[in-house]
Amino acid sequence: MARITLKVDGSTVSDDVEPRMLLVQYLREKLGKTGTVIGCDTSNCGACTVHLDGTSVKSCNVLAVQADGREVTTIEGLADTVDDELHPVQEAFRECRGLQCGFCTPGMIMQSVDLLKDNPDPSEEEIRLGLEGNLCRCTGYHNIVKAVQQAAGQSGAAGRHRAGATTAGAPAEEVAE
Amino acid sequence: MTAVQEPAVGADREIGRERRRKEDARLITGRTRWTDNIVLPGMLHLAMVRSPFAHASIVSIDTSEAEEAPNVVAVLTGADLGEAQGACINAWAITEDQVTPPHLPMPSDRVAFAGEIVAVVVARSAAEARDAAELVDVEYDELPAALDLKEAAADTVLAHPDLGTNKSAFWKFDSAEAGTGGDVDEAIAAARTDGVVIEREYRQQRLIPAFMEPRSVVVDPTGEQHTIWSATQVPHILRFAIAATTGVPESKIRVIAPDVGGGFGGKLQQTPEEMIAFAVGRRLGKPVKYTETRSESLLAAHHGRDQWQKLTLSAEKDGTVTGFKVELLADLGAYVAIVGGGVPVLGAFMFNAIYKFPAYQFNCQTVLTNKTWTDAYRGAGRPEATYAVERMMSELAAELGMDPLELREKNWIKHEEFPFTTVAGLEYDTGNYEAATAKAKELFGYDELRAEQARRRESGDPVQLGIGVSTFTEMCGLAPSRVLGQLNYGAGGWEHASVRMLATGKVEVVTGASAHGQGHETAFSQIVADRLGVPFDDVEGLHGDTQIAHKGLDTYGSRSLVVGGEALVKAVDKVIEKARPIAAHLLEASVDDLEFADGRFSVRGTDSGVAITEIATAVFAAHDYPEGVEPSLDSEATYDPVNFNYPHGTHLCAMEVDTETGAVRMRKYACVDDIGTIINPLIVSGQVHGGLVQGIAQALWEEAVYDDAGTLVSGSFVDYLLPTAADTISFDVDHTSSPSITNTLGTKGVGEAGTIASTPAVINAVVDALRHLGVDDVRMPATPSRVYAAIQGASAGGATDGAAMPHFDPAEPGRSSTEGAGA
Repeated sequence: MARITLKVDGSTVSDDVEPRMLLVQYLREKLGKTGTVIGCDTSNCGACTVHLDGTSVKSCNVLAVQADGREVTTIEGLADTVDDELHPVQEAFRECRGLQCGFCTPGMIMQSVDLLKDNPDPSEEEIRLGLEGNLCRCTGYHNIVKAVQQAAGQSGAAGRHRAGATTAGAPAEEVAE
Repeated sequence: MTAVQEPAVGADREIGRERRRKEDARLITGRTRWTDNIVLPGMLHLAMVRSPFAHASIVSIDTSEAEEAPNVVAVLTGADLGEAQGACINAWAITEDQVTPPHLPMPSDRVAFAGEIVAVVVARSAAEARDAAELVDVEYDELPAALDLKEAAADTVLAHPDLGTNKSAFWKFDSAEAGTGGDVDEAIAAARTDGVVIEREYRQQRLIPAFMEPRSVVVDPTGEQHTIWSATQVPHILRFAIAATTGVPESKIRVIAPDVGGGFGGKLQQTPEEMIAFAVGRRLGKPVKYTETRSESLLAAHHGRDQWQKLTLSAEKDGTVTGFKVELLADLGAYVAIVGGGVPVLGAFMFNAIYKFPAYQFNCQTVLTNKTWTDAYRGAGRPEATYAVERMMSELAAELGMDPLELREKNWIKHEEFPFTTVAGLEYDTGNYEAATAKAKELFGYDELRAEQARRRESGDPVQLGIGVSTFTEMCGLAPSRVLGQLNYGAGGWEHASVRMLATGKVEVVTGASAHGQGHETAFSQIVADRLGVPFDDVEGLHGDTQIAHKGLDTYGSRSLVVGGEALVKAVDKVIEKARPIAAHLLEASVDDLEFADGRFSVRGTDSGVAITEIATAVFAAHDYPEGVEPSLDSEATYDPVNFNYPHGTHLCAMEVDTETGAVRMRKYACVDDIGTIINPLIVSGQVHGGLVQGIAQALWEEAVYDDAGTLVSGSFVDYLLPTAADTISFDVDHTSSPSITNTLGTKGVGEAGTIASTPAVINAVVDALRHLGVDDVRMPATPSRVYAAIQGASAGGATDGAAMPHFDPAEPGRSSTEGAGA
């Protein structure tokens, strides 16, 4: 057993863990942070994506002991839930229906937040490449890409040349009403 | 009713509004209840020991070392559990004489596919259970395995030696025998002398549903009722199957499907894992949990498709089709799953599609092999049928030098011909293929892309452009119970709903459908809000718990809205009728003078009125209500549809094919689907996008590949190629609408449409790009190597050999790297 102390979603936590315990298992099993989920065993699906010191990582690919002394943010700590606040990316996923069953969604949102931090004004292709490590089986990615484009349009990219990023990247989609 | 019309939408009507989903607030913040999240006091964890062999006798199982491992509570085999483990059922024997091997959740004598469970370890933690599973020593005596579908159909090696054959059932439909059309062999013979005959053989490769949430089950035997939480699409069917096979009274079993992370048919099973967890929980008297790894999911959760299709289409020289003969071999895998051989039969009525074939014959032989069992995967039988007919219609067009859309129009049912009884005996209620096609061509830029294709062909561009067409239809809304009875299906196809009017004015809507990502809570709230005249936000949708939604047949086959939604409409109407005499009493008026609109009963010609929610409060107090009337508005209804419904659409796909490398790239995809009245356009567009990508993935990427020993080599997401955001494009989606007349809402199913339509559109496009090089087929998935081989040899590119990707051992590419995974 190894003693680790870290900050998770703003709170300091400390536990004895087996050296082999994965960060995602620590989050789910020890801390009850079940918003972060496990979708595969090969770090392909990205459902377990969290932020480690502000950068997205697949928490199935990090040992809990590697997070010692560091800061982890999960989907549950992305916005202040006390006031029902949403992060702009969460809001955009809801608005654009960037989710269906919702299982990949925590990882997808955490990856999208990191993507927009690195590149506040991504093209459709940059969004698609930036989300390549996160699998979704329901949406066909169409509305996820739209959600990231919409979030980019809202997140202070004002003044840049953005080539109409909220709509130009995706083909116009008309549905009968 | 066949005129194309936009559904009527009032300014404040909920139906047709782009409502954001009620479900999403939880899902985007991680406030979720997946089965694997559930933790109960004293809960134990299970790990399965699975056979590495496709076919073997179990000589002995030594559990002693595993039992000594830290925190292991028990190690149990099939012999230990005995009859308590129940059995996995087949609900649809497609013929009276179907050969159906017994399917125990955990056999004790012989395993019939790699991944079958032979022992279960119970420990205090999941990690300790999995560690100990490695210590269970199983001695096998390996048996020859039936792996290749065609060889298995010839009974060269038997998947179950005791049965004496691999042939499970032969199912036939012949239009001459059924009186719905002519003799197909005569039509083909006539075309051989004075017409055109197209003969092709297509492979529907084996696919894996690959829902994102791995399957998980929690069993709590500590209450008076045994409670089972499961990541399932079918809580009601699961409860029935457990009761029927274990002898535990149905009334002592409660099944809950909490948040369920996708299914696509893959979670409509009664699984060995659920049965084992139930048996172990009961035996130990403690809550138990089992959550599969992804490798286990790909290995042992049921697979889909896997057919050989031998097709013969006859036509006159002007392109008028005269007959279509279909001969299928369908791989059931090692057992006949809950729907099992019924899956190809669901396609039997769809090979004729939207066309007026005068003669039609469907033959299907289902075959047992030593591979993972197969069952429904999104579309279930209908994607296979649509692929076959849409590929064949494009082949016929190419043979005759006609535009594929013109050839189709020459043969499809015209909009003024509805309702139309097809050669397969179904009555299509509404549709307008001309309107959908015209709109799709415009959306796609069909003529411009054809012009570009001609330019590239003329200039000898190494990157050729191909345009693929798919004008699909499907039957959905499973299903009229009498029809299912005629097909020897073991259950009905009705759905149940109830409406509970709460004292505070809120409304609880309970449905027997079981959502796993669809958004039923939102769509059903919209329907109730309109019909009952209450605010959208005041409606709460409840489902997926057999103690709350006590009656239901769950969610699959694009049925929830068209069957479950209609049940809901009928339940709401009963609420209004129960409220009417009470309203009359409260308003001191005659029932005949009341009218109901926008949630209010009013006395005709006066200002006097009362809201239905006020009546709900009044009957809660029950101080003042008429004699002879019960003080309750709560109502329920069971709806059994009289017919299927038939969404259709025109899908157009442009593919760029690099003739020097075989690489393909999707350039554009446009589709116009007619799904009748749309309740929520936002939900519909999501269903279409996701469906498209699953169908495109069959065409281009996905395949469950086995090696010569019967080991699944595409057993992880490294090898089973789910498309990523970087592999796919954004789509152009639009709709026409001919409201269905088989339900009052005018809705048609949408959940499977995209998947059914897109696969042939993509392959038609790839072949169209290469047609001038002599290519008339590329086998799915159309990988660069297959496309390249097709160009070089003008062949379809052959089977997938070895592994989908090279692995860690360079000497043995694709072998051994997943050894131990999932055990």
